[in-house]
Amino acid sequence: MEFLTPPFMQRALVAAVLVGITAPAIGIYLVQRRQALMGDGIGHIAMTGVGLGFLLSTNPVWMATLVAVAGSVVMELIRWYGRTRGDIALAMLFYGGMAGGVMLINLSDTGSNANLTSFLFGSLSTVSEEDVTAIVVLAALVVLVTVGLRRQLFAVSQDEEFARVTGLPVRALNLLVAVTAAVTVTVAMRVVGLLLVSALMVVPVAAAQQISKSFRATFVLAVVIGTAVTLAGTVTSYYQDVPPGATIVLLAIAAFVALTALATPLARRRARAREEDPGQCTLEVPAARPAGDDVRV
Amino acid sequence: MTEPRTSEPVIRMRGATATLGARPVLRGVDLTVHAGEVAALLGANGSGKSTAVRSVIGQVPLTGGTVELFGTPLRRFRRWARVGYVPQRTTAAGGVPATVREVVASGRLSRTRLRPPGRADRAAVERAIGLVGLTDRAADSVNALSGGQHQRVLIARALASEPELLIMDEPMAGVDLASQEILAQTLREQVAAGTTVLLVLHELGPLEPLIDRAVVLRDGCVTHDGPPPEAVGQHALPGHDHVHPHAASEPARTGLLT
Repeated sequence: MEFLTPPFMQRALVAAVLVGITAPAIGIYLVQRRQALMGDGIGHIAMTGVGLGFLLSTNPVWMATLVAVAGSVVMELIRWYGRTRGDIALAMLFYGGMAGGVMLINLSDTGSNANLTSFLFGSLSTVSEEDVTAIVVLAALVVLVTVGLRRQLFAVSQDEEFARVTGLPVRALNLLVAVTAAVTVTVAMRVVGLLLVSALMVVPVAAAQQISKSFRATFVLAVVIGTAVTLAGTVTSYYQDVPPGATIVLLAIAAFVALTALATPLARRRARAREEDPGQCTLEVPAARPAGDDVRV
Repeated sequence: MTEPRTSEPVIRMRGATATLGARPVLRGVDLTVHAGEVAALLGANGSGKSTAVRSVIGQVPLTGGTVELFGTPLRRFRRWARVGYVPQRTTAAGGVPATVREVVASGRLSRTRLRPPGRADRAAVERAIGLVGLTDRAADSVNALSGGQHQRVLIARALASEPELLIMDEPMAGVDLASQEILAQTLREQVAAGTTVLLVLHELGPLEPLIDRAVVLRDGCVTHDGPPPEAVGQHALPGHDHVHPHAASEPARTGLLT
């Protein structure tokens, strides 16, 4: 338990737990809507926020939150109105955000390539007190939304057209998912880095659904997996001097592989338990044609 | 039946026009459905029947004409719990596993909105699952169901709000015979209880005895509004499934073998 002693590790572990909870909690709705890569796009856009933070010498986490939220709102608007050209517009947004971030960081006095790398791939030693405060506040918001509105978000993400006919405020809820995802990206940014944020939103959910039958079980299991891999990855990177983001994501993928291996026999057993064996086909198939049948066409 | 049949139309659509892209899909459709009525919208693919039904519930914006639900213009209509909608789907599943109960429960949101469900809401969900005969599968993932069972889940979801008007878009598409029978039975019970039904159908099929009125669309216009048209020829045979008449009318061996 020596890793608990240094203050930077305490901060990193708090951040890691919160990331492990929040990323799968919002990620499950993105996966349900089949927008698993949306988090990746928001991560790209958030880069501009980080760059602005450096340029204006404010906290990059708050700046990234602002820009990511704005970006996610624009993404939702593109989804509503830009049916056909939507993906091109999104590409512009993502790469523009990324390029803008790199440019702004280089323009600033405080920003350096080392700084940039720490935001792209995560870095434990650079999580400041301020960052922890920001992460705690933002994570609380994410949990409030994803748990408090789980029924409504489930309905909207499961079948948007049907949800509209139930009279739910579908646009507002979609916007809320997008904004919450943006907030989660910035929560996770310090620990796993902007380029790997999306993995933590998607992979624990994908791993959980290998063995779960219900949405509720998938949600709980994904959060458990997310928390386990972020904690394990953080501790590993303390001892082994490996990048935390990459370690966490590789652990999550390992969990996915392990659960998939476990699930295959489980699913087979479930299927067998459900179906009473109908036995072999018993219908007597008559011989195709009597031997002496004289065929003339 | 708690409410008396009134002449107040449940659905009133007047001169509806709609376009998809630049193509006109509805060219002035009138459609009125009265309380307790079972109306079927029929027509070939591309006739506009799906668009018509989707514009009734505001999923497709009209370029002209008006729609009223329960006497309220669609724009101001808020009491969505009175409407149960079964969209045209081949699956009830999303990107994440969900149980039958979870999917059906989302149909109750038109009543619960942002508050948590109470005991009455849970009971209504169980009842809806029972109506389509899936009680023993309620805790199973919808991924484990057959196509017909998916359709039954979608219908249970629509019934969970205990609607007065049921709108179904091709509920029989891709449904096996056993499920078709259960669906027809469920619908029969709903109709007997006074529910108004608007169905989009490719053909009358097993629901024919239930249908009071058929509205036939062709190229975005109503060409028939009245009693269901008599099915003729091959189309009248049970199990007819878009097989070209000539292919089915000839016994397999005659003509080929003598």
